Parts: sequence; C-alpha cells; structure tokens
Amino acid sequence: MTRVTPGIVVIALAIAAFLLAFLVVPVVTVVYTAFSNAEGGFTLAHLRAFAEISLMRESFANSLYVAAMTVLFASLLAVPLAYLTVRFRFRGAVVIHTLGVLPLIMPAFVGAAAMQLLFGRSGSLNLILNDAFGFTVPLMEGLNGVIFVETLHYFPFVLLNLAASLANIDTSMEEAGQNLGSSGVRLFRKIVFPLALPGYIAGASLVFIKVFDDLGTPLVLNVTNMLAPQAYLRVTSIGLEDPIGYVICVILVLFSIAAMGGSWWFVQRRDFAIQTRGGVSAPRRRLTPWQAVLAYGWISAVMLLVLSPHLGILLLSLSKVWSFTVFPEQFTLAHFATVFEDSTRMIWNTFLYCGLAALLDVVLGTAIAYLVLRTQLPGRQLLDHMVTVALAMPGLVLGIGYLRTFRGVDLPLIGPLTASWLIFVLAYAVRRLPFALRSCMAALSQVHVSLEEAAENLGASRWHTVMRVVVPLMMGGILAGFVTSFVTAAGEISETILLTSRESLAPMSYGIYLYMQSIAGRGPGAALGVIAVVLIGLGTWFSHRIVASRSPHDVPGEKT
Amino acid sequence: MTPVAVELRNVALAFGATQVLRDITLSVAPGEFFALLGPSGSGKSTLLRLIAGFNRNQSGQVLIAGRDVSAIPPWRRDVGMVFQSYALWPHMTVAQNAAFGLEERKLPREEIRRRVAAVLELVELTGLEARRPGQLSGGQQQRVAIARTLAIEPQVLLLDEPLSNLDAKLRVQTRQELKKLQKRLNITTIFVTHDQEEAMTTCDRIAVMDQGVIQQVGTPMELFDHPVNRFVAQFVGSVNLFRGSFTRAAGTLRFSSPAIGEVALPAALEPPGAQGEIAFRPHAIRLTAGDPAAVEGEMRLTGTIEGEEFLGEFLRYEVQVAGARVVVDHAHARGEPSLPTGTPVTLSVAAEEIRFIAG
Repeated sequence: MTRVTPGIVVIALAIAAFLLAFLVVPVVTVVYTAFSNAEGGFTLAHLRAFAEISLMRESFANSLYVAAMTVLFASLLAVPLAYLTVRFRFRGAVVIHTLGVLPLIMPAFVGAAAMQLLFGRSGSLNLILNDAFGFTVPLMEGLNGVIFVETLHYFPFVLLNLAASLANIDTSMEEAGQNLGSSGVRLFRKIVFPLALPGYIAGASLVFIKVFDDLGTPLVLNVTNMLAPQAYLRVTSIGLEDPIGYVICVILVLFSIAAMGGSWWFVQRRDFAIQTRGGVSAPRRRLTPWQAVLAYGWISAVMLLVLSPHLGILLLSLSKVWSFTVFPEQFTLAHFATVFEDSTRMIWNTFLYCGLAALLDVVLGTAIAYLVLRTQLPGRQLLDHMVTVALAMPGLVLGIGYLRTFRGVDLPLIGPLTASWLIFVLAYAVRRLPFALRSCMAALSQVHVSLEEAAENLGASRWHTVMRVVVPLMMGGILAGFVTSFVTAAGEISETILLTSRESLAPMSYGIYLYMQSIAGRGPGAALGVIAVVLIGLGTWFSHRIVASRSPHDVPGEKT
Repeated sequence: MTPVAVELRNVALAFGATQVLRDITLSVAPGEFFALLGPSGSGKSTLLRLIAGFNRNQSGQVLIAGRDVSAIPPWRRDVGMVFQSYALWPHMTVAQNAAFGLEERKLPREEIRRRVAAVLELVELTGLEARRPGQLSGGQQQRVAIARTLAIEPQVLLLDEPLSNLDAKLRVQTRQELKKLQKRLNITTIFVTHDQEEAMTTCDRIAVMDQGVIQQVGTPMELFDHPVNRFVAQFVGSVNLFRGSFTRAAGTLRFSSPAIGEVALPAALEPPGAQGEIAFRPHAIRLTAGDPAAVEGEMRLTGTIEGEEFLGEFLRYEVQVAGARVVVDHAHARGEPSLPTGTPVTLSVAAEEIRFIAG
C-alpha cells in the first residue's frame, strides 16, 4: 500500500470528474427530465401521461413478456447443455466454448434480417414445412421473432454462468442425495439446481436486462410496440423535449438496477458460504447409448440454430436474389463491392471510435485498479462503485442522456459535441468501462506487491515503478480489456443509432442497421455484417489467445 | 432392526488402465464395526464408494444381507454413507437435510417429523433444526451428516474419513462417541481411515489395504502382534525390520544381514525359511548402557546412541547398530536424564517379541 500523495489525489479527482460528467450527470438529467415540469419543479404528470397512453402500457407489457419469455427459452436451451457438459464424460469444454462464443461475435440485430429469410413467414423453414406438411410456424411473427432472435443470441449467458456454477459443486453433494434415495430429475431439482442457482440467476438476470433494454433487434424486425423502440421513436420523431421518452428511460434503468440488485441480493442471502473440504470428485459419468443419442441430438440441434443467423447473413451477403426460395438461387460478390465503394468511411469510423474508446477504457481501468488496490486513498472504492453503475445503464438511456445534457456544448476544434466523433468515443468508453476495469483489477491483483517494492527499493520512483513494472506485468489483462471493449463497442447499436447525427459520422453498426431498413439494402447490409463479424471474431480469438498465453502461473510473484 | 452382513466376493475395479481394486474378498459380520485402513491411494475410499453403489462397473459381487446388490443403483441400496466433506446441502436447514432421505422415501409427514427429531436428539443437535450448515461448527456439521444418514435407518453405515476434518482433540472425543453410538444402534458399520490409531481404537476388526489389495484382516491386536507382511508391520505401529538369511548349526540359530551383520537369535525360534526378515517393535527393546551380561533366550545387539526424541511418556532413541539405525522406545521415568549421543548401549529383545516375515 502506498501513501497518498497530491499526484494520486489529482488523478483520482480527474477520473471522478470524468465519470461524473459522462455517466452520472447524463443519467441524472434523464431522471430529472422525467420528473420535472416546465418550471423545474417535481411532477408525476409525465409518469401519469405515460400510463394513460394505451400504446405505452402495451409496450411495457410487451417488453416484460419478451424479456421473460427469452429467459425461459434461453434456460430451456442452456440448462440441459450445462448439466450434460459438466457431469458427463463428453467433449464438453469444446462445445461450451463454441456455443458460448458463436452468438456473441455477431450482434443480435445483424442476424435478425437473415433470420427473417430463414424462419419468417416465407422463409426457408416454412417453405419446406408448407411443401411437406401444409403448415407453417409463426416463429418470426411480431414479438415471437424478437424472442426467437434474442434467445439464440443470449442463451450463452445462462449456459456459461450455470456451467461454471455446476462445475463448482462438490460431487459428494450429489452423491449424498443419491445415497439417501434420490435420483434423476428429482435429484437435479432438489439438490443440483438449487446449488447452482447463484450462477443461473446471474446468467438469467443478465439476459433479462439485455433483452429488456435492447433497441436494435426490435427495430430491425420492425417491432415498435416495445419500450426501447418507443423511447427511440419519441425522441427522434417528437424531439428531445418529449418527456415520455425520459419516463421510458427511467423504467429501463429501474428494471436494470432491480434485476442486477436482485440477483446480487439473492446470491448474498443464500448461505452458500460453506466450503468444501477435500471431497473426492468422482469421475464424470459415461453416457449410455440412448443418452448419447439424445445428448448429441440436442447439441446438434442447438448448434444448428445458433449457427443459423451466421449462415443466413453469409448467404444473404452473397445472394443476388433471395425471396420465396429455400436458398438463394444466384450468388454474387456485388454486395461486398458496394460496401467497399460506399462504406469504407464507416469501417474507418468503427476503428477510430472503438479504438479510442478501448484505449480510454484501459487507461482509466488501469488507473482505477491501481488507486483501489494499491493506495489508501479515502473513498477509492467509490470510483469502483461508480463504474459498476455503468453496467446497469442501457445504451439507449445513456445516448438520450448525452443528447440532452450536451446539446449546445460547442468545443474548439471539434464543434458541437453531440454532432461530433468524440461523442461516440465517450459513450462507447463509459459503458464498456466496467468490463475493462474487471480485467485490469484481475491483472493487478495477480501482481505481487513485493515486485513493486523491489523496484522502489532499487531507487525507482512510483511513476517509474508503475510504468516499468506494474503496467508490463498487467499487460495481458490490459490487452484483453482493450479487445473486449473494442469488440463490444463495434457491435453496439443503441447508443449508435441515437448519436449518429449525419451519415459521414456513422460507424459500421449504424450502416448495417441503415441498409437493413430497405429490401434492396439487405445484401450490402449483410456484407457489412459479415465484415463486422469477421472483425469481431478475430478480435475475440485474439483476446482469448492473449489471456491463454498470459495465464496466471506465468506471472512471477503470483499471490497465494 | 437385525444387523446384516456385508460380503465382497472377488471384487475388482479399474479406472481406464489403472487397476484400483484387485480381487477383494471380505466379509463383515452383522453389527460389526469394521475399518478399511490404508494410505491414500490404497483404494479404501473407492471400495467404500463401491459398496455404496457409486462405482458400479466392478467385477465380482457385493452382497448385503446375502443379496447381490451389484446391479442396484445407489439410491435403492439402503446403505447410508457419511462423506468425508460431509456433503451437507447449504441451501437446506439442518432439519431439511435430515428429512431429505425420508421425503425421498415418501414417508408420512408426521413420521418424518418424529424421526428427524429422534435422530437430531441422538446426535445432540436438538434446538439447531433451523440452522443452515454454514452456521454450524465442524463438529456439529459432522453430527448433522451422521444424523441425516441414520434417519433413513440404513442396513449398513459407511463412514468415509469422518474424523479427518475435526481438530485433534475433538477427533479423539468424537471417535469414542462414534463407537458408543455404533454399539447402541448395533448397525453394521464400515469405516475408512488412513489413521491406524483411529482404526485401532474404534473398530472391532480392520482390513489393511495397499495398492488396491487387502493385505491383512484381523482385530487390532492381531494386526499389531502378527503382521503378515512388511507393509502391515510398518503401517500398523512402528517397527524395526531387517532382511537377511538364517543358518542353524550346532543348536544355535544365526541371522546374517547386510545391515546389522551377524546376530545370534534365540535357538527356540523357528524362521520360515533360509531367507526372510526379522521384525521387532521399538517398545519391545530393552536398552541398557554399557555391556551387561547376556540373558538366555534374548537377541542381543550392541551399538551407540545417535539421536533422541523426547515424547513425554518415552524417549525414542536412534541407535547405530553396525550399518543400520534401530529405533528404540525407552520408557521415561521422572528425572531420568537421556543418554548422550555416542553412548555405547546394548539392545535386548525377548524371543517372543521377534516376528519373522517370509520372503
């Protein structure tokens, strides 16, 4: 632990000022606007007005319904997979890894258009079904489509969290249940699942929040009777003065906070503190032939579903015409040509915004991690808590907050802030800061303090110690944080739609969204989507490589 | 309930290419408190788990009350197991943990309530029904684990190192309570431990295991006094062991070994062959300073003191005899000083304290 010096105080205050200006104030502005009248006094009139509009009530119910159904279906997909891969001898790790990463490298809204072509009313599946059996399945009709697309996109959150939780259960817990006469589904329901509940709740609440707040997928599927699309439409069509949009934002924030807080409270309340003591972990069970058929069948089906948006977008990007046929009938590379002709600017913008945002994130993340873990600065935890709040902030809310808070702010060289490239960098950076910070904190806590003390003992000043010893040792975590921030920012759509004031400023994600608005644009949109997926996929692969090559036991002086 | 017998016939088990249990044949009498004793990796826990039904791809048979249960899954075996980690479910209270097996057996609610109260009283946990495992001490957790198992009134009770997670003092107290409880319930019990003192103090009979093989089965005293091989002799108590050859000439028996040289053995002894090992316990050696007169019928070794450890009740000397070290336990009398290093001493072992181990 280092003494608090003026330098440290200045750095801490600068970070706090940044968070205040670009996280706290915009959100408070949104809440304030929702509850203030023309004179600036407190009022519930806007809330009442919201409740009196039947479309708003319907949107509210729809958003809840879609989020809840997505959690349900995501659980139905994920729970058997998680149990299977953790408890049976099985090529589980590979499956979990692949299933876990595949959906995440493609933003949900990108695949949504392709899903229409595969599963829509006259999509591939229904054409086949109609030909063979004379019926169709309304998978993509209205809210169903949103639920379907979101389920395939977000179920890995449940899968990964639950699998981690299951793997941590001492097998003797399960065996004790069997020993006392329990087996099969009963055993799973009474012992295994309750013990894995913390992981499940963490995953499920994350899915709920993400779906409840999502703007891109409903918009691409042309579903507007949900909360987030309504907020967007109100703000963009009626204008920044319309209070209903802010009321919706407040509802989104409250639900996000409630879901996050609820899951935290739940995990805390349960007394899972009992530590296992040298329990012998039993070898994983072997699948009986029948179980193997079921298991591999299930996994193949899920894999096929999960891959369908990827395949769909690839087919779409290469198809000349794809309409009322199971597969495209003619292929072309013209869409990619169009994209490279018209949209190189967007690709460049994505690199610029996301690169700068990710850089900002790791600089802030490293500084905050150092302040929290290595100094005794009073109130240092507050920085950590402030950053964590950003987790619960929907992009839509932050976007609207920025537009409202910074309208009229004119910066030298940059011009009006809300119509500049800088606003993207700030918005992207703030919402990804929690992930970058976790990454940096984890990296720093692996560096033993004695390594720093050795440098100081040999005459290095604190600044030199940080730059020459701490940062190089944290580099794995910093790089992983950078890539995570970059990749998630590249696929961001909620903030992007709101903040794009003119096309020359638009990043790729906005381009995809814009192209997808028209039938003619679907091809180039898909091509741009393929480019984005390749970009994000490479980034994800790269960050896994970094994390793997910098595993903790390679770091000297690892904390015990 | 009448206690039942447990019988293992030619049980063998392999995990992949590793043979974990080899041709185990064993029979545990009804109501017996039986220990499986061995170092870690000896297969004792695996054997216990096999009796509980957790490793079912064994060859051979497991019989409980004369019935082959090899094909019966764990949840229908009626064999209660207390896990080393206790495996108490943290999401259930003490009472819910104890009631679990009874609920699985779909007993009437009133019956469950009565039996849970009875077992909790038996292990003296009445009043802690609403606690969660995380709120209990290690000793209390262990008793919940036992109560939960006894609640189902199992035919056989299996204990997997139940004392290993308790501190030393509590361990001694608990093993005495365990012994009393077992005698009172008169339930056939199999107890796995790596601690020979624990096994000897609590159990009626012990099977010593090493490398997946049962080395010897017997009462604690039989194992201590008549170990059948080097492993048992060394694992149960401490022992001095020397390999060599025996020659009998002109009414004398001589033992010659590379370690301790040529020694005259009491002529009355009957070695098992021309080659073998002699074994004698440290406490059975009489240690005298200097060179006292020989006593008829004793083995005599001479050497010098090389080191000592004072253990309170006795002094443990290391004595250099020819090329080997002999461990000698010498009872300590109050005020008696220890012999300094380098002191020449004579070691005498009575004929009846010398054991031969063939091979």
